[in-house]
Formats: sequence, C-alpha cells, structure tokens
Amino acid sequence: MKILVPVKRVIDYNVRPRVKADGSGVDLANVKMSMNPFCEIAVEEAIRLREKGAATEVVAVSIGPAKAAETLRSALAMGADRAILVETDAPVEPLTVAKILKAIMDEEQPGLVLLGKQAIDDDCNQTGQMLAALTGRPQGTFASKIEVADGTVTVTREVDAGLETVALKLPAIVTTDLRLNEPRYASLPNIMKAKSKPLATRKPEEFGVDMAPRLTVLKVAEPAARQAGEIVGSVDELVARLKTLGVVA
Amino acid sequence: MSVLVLAEHEGGAIKDATLAAVTAATQLGAVHLLVASSGATAVAAAQGAAAIAGVEKVLLADDPAYADMLAENVAPLAAQVMSGYDAFVAAATTTGKNVAPRVAALLDVMQVSEVIGIEGPKTFTRPIYAGNAIATVESRDAKLVLTVRGTAFARAASKGGSAPIEPIAGPGDAGLSAFVRIDASQSERPELTSAKVIVSGGRALKDAATFEQLIVPLADRLGAAVGASRAAVDAGYISNDYQVGQTGKIVAPELYIAIGISGAIQHLAGMKDAKVIVAINKDPDAPIFQVADLGLVGDLFAIVPELTTKL
Repeated sequence: MKILVPVKRVIDYNVRPRVKADGSGVDLANVKMSMNPFCEIAVEEAIRLREKGAATEVVAVSIGPAKAAETLRSALAMGADRAILVETDAPVEPLTVAKILKAIMDEEQPGLVLLGKQAIDDDCNQTGQMLAALTGRPQGTFASKIEVADGTVTVTREVDAGLETVALKLPAIVTTDLRLNEPRYASLPNIMKAKSKPLATRKPEEFGVDMAPRLTVLKVAEPAARQAGEIVGSVDELVARLKTLGVVA
Repeated sequence: MSVLVLAEHEGGAIKDATLAAVTAATQLGAVHLLVASSGATAVAAAQGAAAIAGVEKVLLADDPAYADMLAENVAPLAAQVMSGYDAFVAAATTTGKNVAPRVAALLDVMQVSEVIGIEGPKTFTRPIYAGNAIATVESRDAKLVLTVRGTAFARAASKGGSAPIEPIAGPGDAGLSAFVRIDASQSERPELTSAKVIVSGGRALKDAATFEQLIVPLADRLGAAVGASRAAVDAGYISNDYQVGQTGKIVAPELYIAIGISGAIQHLAGMKDAKVIVAINKDPDAPIFQVADLGLVGDLFAIVPELTTKL
C-alpha cells in the first residue's frame, strides 16, 4: 500500500504573527517558516506504518510556492520516499487543494492519505474532509490512533466527548491530531540523503483545477487588545478583587 | 435566505453549541434544523429542536445510518437537503468540523470555518493564526457553508418554540465506515465549553495526583469546569478532552483561572476571550500575565489551597 502525505509550509508555530499595517494580511516577509506541526505528525505516522510493513511507499506532496520544496525535503529527510511539488504562487484554498490532491490520488492510487487536521495559519480544518468527499472515500478525522489491517483502517478520534473509534474501508483519508505520535527529528545523514531523493515539480494547470478563490479576504485586523491587568500581592487581595468584579460570590 | 442548521444532540438533548449556531443562523434568514439520528433518540432530539426559539421547521431523518453522526452518511443527507436552502450552518464542534467540510465539497463550495461575526449576508469574520489575526472574508459561492464558534454567539432559548417536524428520507448508509465505540470521559462538573467559570492547570502541577488535589477542590468550590494546557495533557495529568487551546476547546467563560500555565500562543487562542482572566504563576515574566486581568506571582502549591479556603 502506498501512503500519500500532503504537507503545508506555514509560519513557524513559535513565531508570533504580525498583522500588516494596511490590513491586507499577516506579514510573512523574513519570517521563519516550517512544516505545519500536524503535517509532521502525518509524515511520522506514514513512516511508522511503512516501518511496520503496513505500507510500501510514502509519497509527500505540497502545493505552494517554490520554497515549499524545502518542506518536502524535510519530509524526505524524515523518511518519505519521494515528493511532488505542485508549484503555484497563487493563494490556494482548502477546496482547491482538495481538488488537486484528488487528481494526484487518481494518478498515484494510494491506499491511505494522511493529512494534518488543520494548518496553523488559516486554521480551516477542511482539506481532509473535502478530499474524502470529492473522492467518495471514508474519513477518520482528528486521529490519535491508527491501525491498518485487512482492508480496513481503525481510527481512534479525539472528539469533544472523549475518544471515538471508527472502522473505515480502505482507501481512506485520515487526519492527524496532536497526540497521534511524536515526530522524529531528521538526522544530518538523512538530511543529506534527502537531497538526492526524487522530487517532481508539477503545475496546477496539469490537473485542470480552477484556482480562483471562492472567498475574498476583505481585511485582516489585529484582535481587540485586552486592557492591561494588575498584579495583586496576596490571595486576600485577589479574592477581594474578584468579589468587586462580581465574578465570584 | 433560508438556512439549514445541523442539530447536535446527546441522548436526545440538543447541545448548547447548536443553540449558539441557531442564533448565528437567525442573523442570516429563516432557520430550519436538520436532526439526523435514529429511533427514540431521534424523536426526542426532534422535539427538543422544535422547541428552540426561532426555529421555523425541523427536518427529521430517522435511520440507523445516522445514529452515530458518521460524516460519510450524514454529509450526503445534508447535501441532498441543501438543494432547498441557501446556507448550511454547523457548530464548530468536533462533529460540525467533521461533517460540514464534507458537505461543502459535495456542494462544490468553500466553507467559512469558525465564524465569530456576521457582517453581511455573505461577509464573515473569523480568527486565523491561532487567533492572532481576525480576517473578514466575503464568499462568492452560490451557497454558504459555515461553522460557527459557540462562544461568539448567545445561545437561543431552548424553550418557547413550536416548530413543525417533517420526516425526511436520506440516502442512508454509504457503506464506507462503521462506528465501533465511544470512550466518553465521565464528569460531574459543568461542560468545559459552556461553563461560566473554568479552573485550568498546566505543567507546573507536577503530576496527576497533584492536579487532582489542587485544581479539583478549587473548581468544585466555584462550581467550575476543569481545563488544562497541552503540556498538562501530554504529561498525563488529565485526559485530552480537557485541553483548552488552538487544538483543543475554545472557551469564553466569565472567569478563567490559569494555574501554572505559561500562556503559549496556542493556549491563549483557546481562552483569551474570557471576560476575566486570573493567572497564578511563579514566573513574573510568563506571557500569561500579558492577558491576565489579575495576576498573582508565587508558589501555586501554597496559593491554590489558600484561595480554595478563602473563596
């Protein structure tokens, strides 16, 4: 079985994003970029499934600017076998990404697609579900445990009420939650080796997908700032202040 | 505009998150609720849905295929019903987030996720970058698919309505997936996402026993829900459905008490809309103090028991 792992290049999760003064977006110039943390977990899980013998090949794919090749090299250094970059400088929405991924699925015929549950930039949490809908495949979202056996993937999902387990017919789409695994670090030899692994560059036009965004971003603003608080000196003072504010009886 | 809202329920009782989604949907147009369930639970949920103020009609799809809200079965049902509606609205819960994008793709439209404000019939505000920026977006799709953040909208009254219930038939079981089981965490305390007061603990609590000894009595004293940071969950102090943050639950209680939580941006994303934030931390430079209304710098192992006694 082949596993397809879509990965996204995003602002590093430790960086505090700055909104541009003109309200057009978030300033990404000269900001550290990394692989989306949920995508790292997806790559890790795919590699573990290959190491267990449940998969034969791990193919990483990214859709974005030329620099997304760096993100794919990271996936290759972690252990992915080859990579596909669909190069575009246009902003891409989850629906567009899902359509391109569907076309790649048609070509590659993976048994499992592993995505992160959301990207930490747009916070959409849509692509995996949309891909599952477009391909008519089952979805295991927010996965904290994955077991593949006999044409079925059993997925434990992190839901509001606790943990839900579902059984999905393969091929299936699974999106990863934080607790699925601890992604490995790429070693220096593996980073060197990754440079010679195959990375194919494609163009979105090859897939016949309409790239026009459906949502127009009218404005991006800073969230309302909170009033500066005060530091109190003792528990008594804290209790008194809470009572004055009326939040405790 | 006619709006279809996906009803979420537990054991036949409509969830608070759906009541908030109804309020958001009412700002767009006439609201009909879709109840997808099975058997006696379906009937109870439909009756609950019909009693919500502002709901004009309830569509009831009663079929074993819908009992567990599997996205593979519910999404085609919703997409079929959507031929008669302009907008689909779901609460941004794990159920809504699971089903709605599948509905959107079936309708070939982009979803607007985690809506916190409705600025016009097709214009919405939503947080991006872990809540560090607020985007205003306009949809140019023929139909809208939205998930709405429960804490951003008041809950519609769960009583007072008397909407008619119309049984409908859906496509049934897609044969792609099966529900195996749910391991629900048991809690006597209020639900995290709807609690008025939340007492939340972080890594500094040391271990599960200390978390239990310090956080729980204070929460009980205040009638509060218990929350946790990702560090506390990863360290095994408490299960992950208590996690507050970008990847956990988004809360906006009247009072949020953060104990031994440094205040990483991923955690702040889940709680910075709380009315009053109290931080107790021994590190005066912890980022949590930048958003806290009231801060107390010191040893939480001494402060928390004292606070529990004095409140």
